[in-house]
Amino acid sequence: MNLRRLFSIVLKELRQLRRDRLTFGMIVGIPTMQLLLFGFAINLDVRHLDAAVLDQANTARSREFVAEIAASQVVTLREQLSSPQQLDESMRQGKISVGIVIPADFDNRLERGDRAPLQLVVDGSDQVVQQAARQLAAYPLARLRSADAVPPAAMEIVNFYNPERRAPVNTVPGLVGVILTMTMVMFTAMALVRERERGNLEMLIATPVSPWELTLGKVLPFIGIGLVQVSLVLALGKLIFAVPLRGSLLQIYLAALLFILASAALGVFLSTLARSQFQAMQMAFFTFLPQILLSGFMFPYAGMPRAAQWLSEILPMTHFLRLIRGIALRGASLADLWPEMAALAAFSAVVLSIAVMRVSKRLD
Amino acid sequence: MASDNAIEARGLSKQFGQLVAVDKVDLTVSRAQIYGFLGPNGSGKSTTIRMLCGLLMPSAGDIQVLGLAIPQQAEQLKRRIGYMTQKFSLYEDLSVQENLEFLAAVHDLPRAAARQRIDHLLQRYWLAERRKQLAGTLSGGQKQRLALAGAVLHEPELLFLDEPTSAVDPQSRREFWDSLFELTDAGTTILVSTHYMDEAERCHRLAILDQGRLVADGAPRELCAQLPYAVWLVDCAAPRRAQQALQGEAGVVGLAQIGAELRVLAAREAWHADSLARHLAQRGVPAEVRRGEANLEDVFVAATRKPLRSAPAATGAAA
Repeated sequence: MNLRRLFSIVLKELRQLRRDRLTFGMIVGIPTMQLLLFGFAINLDVRHLDAAVLDQANTARSREFVAEIAASQVVTLREQLSSPQQLDESMRQGKISVGIVIPADFDNRLERGDRAPLQLVVDGSDQVVQQAARQLAAYPLARLRSADAVPPAAMEIVNFYNPERRAPVNTVPGLVGVILTMTMVMFTAMALVRERERGNLEMLIATPVSPWELTLGKVLPFIGIGLVQVSLVLALGKLIFAVPLRGSLLQIYLAALLFILASAALGVFLSTLARSQFQAMQMAFFTFLPQILLSGFMFPYAGMPRAAQWLSEILPMTHFLRLIRGIALRGASLADLWPEMAALAAFSAVVLSIAVMRVSKRLD
Repeated sequence: MASDNAIEARGLSKQFGQLVAVDKVDLTVSRAQIYGFLGPNGSGKSTTIRMLCGLLMPSAGDIQVLGLAIPQQAEQLKRRIGYMTQKFSLYEDLSVQENLEFLAAVHDLPRAAARQRIDHLLQRYWLAERRKQLAGTLSGGQKQRLALAGAVLHEPELLFLDEPTSAVDPQSRREFWDSLFELTDAGTTILVSTHYMDEAERCHRLAILDQGRLVADGAPRELCAQLPYAVWLVDCAAPRRAQQALQGEAGVVGLAQIGAELRVLAAREAWHADSLARHLAQRGVPAEVRRGEANLEDVFVAATRKPLRSAPAATGAAA
């Protein structure tokens, strides 16, 4: 392999990329957009549901309780109601999705602890709201109870690593994987097939350039670009969603580097299969879906059938998710997670070699 | 067969499935010459060139290019040839200079030498002011000059040009051919395909390809002299009627109206000026017939004549 030749291909790719406004925009645009979308929209704890209170007790304690609920931000109190009929009315009209009914004997119930002290009326037509209600029902009322009388709630959920149960803490590190998969596979899948489509390949293969130089020259620029994306997502995750980075930043980057290589190798391999840029795009999406669905990003690995688990072990994203969640959230180190690194390295080596073997310096 | 010739090919064939694109072609190209491939679209010109460069596997035949066995030694050959593809194949989103710098690095030219060579070529091919312009925004003629500069950057011994002038105006074509002769003066061998007669006439030697077969091969002048047909120029008031009157007659090989004249290509023994004039007069077209000079177009028409069309003429069926 001739390093000057390799470097000239890298330089050429970067120059072309700089002039390709759309792709250039996607390098920054896709991560930012996805981070905001996933971070805000796919948020399992819903906040600011419209709610109304029907306080039939109207005691000091009940008012204190209402203030507490309002402060939780799970609901936004829109109105104070005076009758159950009003509650019916408001919910049917869609003005509110949660009604908090405080019975007249609220204080008594609280003291005795035998019956639920209050009732949550929920708009059951929306699954997300139902979920949120469950959250609300688990709201600790201990502070309101007299210290001696009541046993604690039947089950207490202790949530390690994400005590506030904020979804972005789980999604953002995983999102690094999703974004890299999407952009790296897509960009590199275009790489060779674009040369073929535009007719540049025929000129290129009539020169002394070697398949390794050509393939690596296409992969290397995207490793740099991938690392920029990693930085962008992690920085925005920290700034906007306060996602913690507990482990070593260097190790996060090392894991990302290997994952980028694996994804770019997959992309270049697809590029040797595709006959047109459109086909390459379709193939990229074809590999994208299983990575999202089976890697543990969307659904937990433990809950998958055995066959799906095997399949997911082949996917680079599965290993990267374990790596980044481990390092960023649990403060693990690469030494703990070396099998995942080995899996990524093996995937890269195998796929890249197949791609190079498929790069032919002939037209037939 | 290790000779001084730049290219030697024997029985060169290429099949794509059922289609025979190149059919048992024999070629000999001597050094420092311009060798032309003349033929209609789909006659196998590009396929032959690609096989000679080592970009396509021949289905059969032996090839030696610059003393190397092809396709076995194709990678060695690629350092010593320049190839200008039919379609512009440099990067449209790189500037003129960037394209040449890229090619210089790919050919591993020493840095300082490459810079000088690029400057020289930009001057030579009138691209110096376009240095920073994106290749995609150049005109047809400028693109073609850039492509040629890219193909000769590493000073190859042998240059393959696949229809280099198809998207270029006549003035640029003339200049382009001047540069080609300059290159052969410096010792470069050039194989160029074309479908323009005037270009074919300028080649030192010429092969006419038709449906994958080599149907004529020689110096343009030789080919004209060896033509087994005579050319007659028919001067009459109604050349189109004259054409109809001669269509399909035995021994008539080609008919073409050139301005007010009808150009007739016919077997030497079958027709002469008097018999042609008589034949036309009998069909109500009084005409004056004189002898014409054979040109490459006549050679081309005679060589690529379809057997189907000449069959009824051979049986002498009257029009």
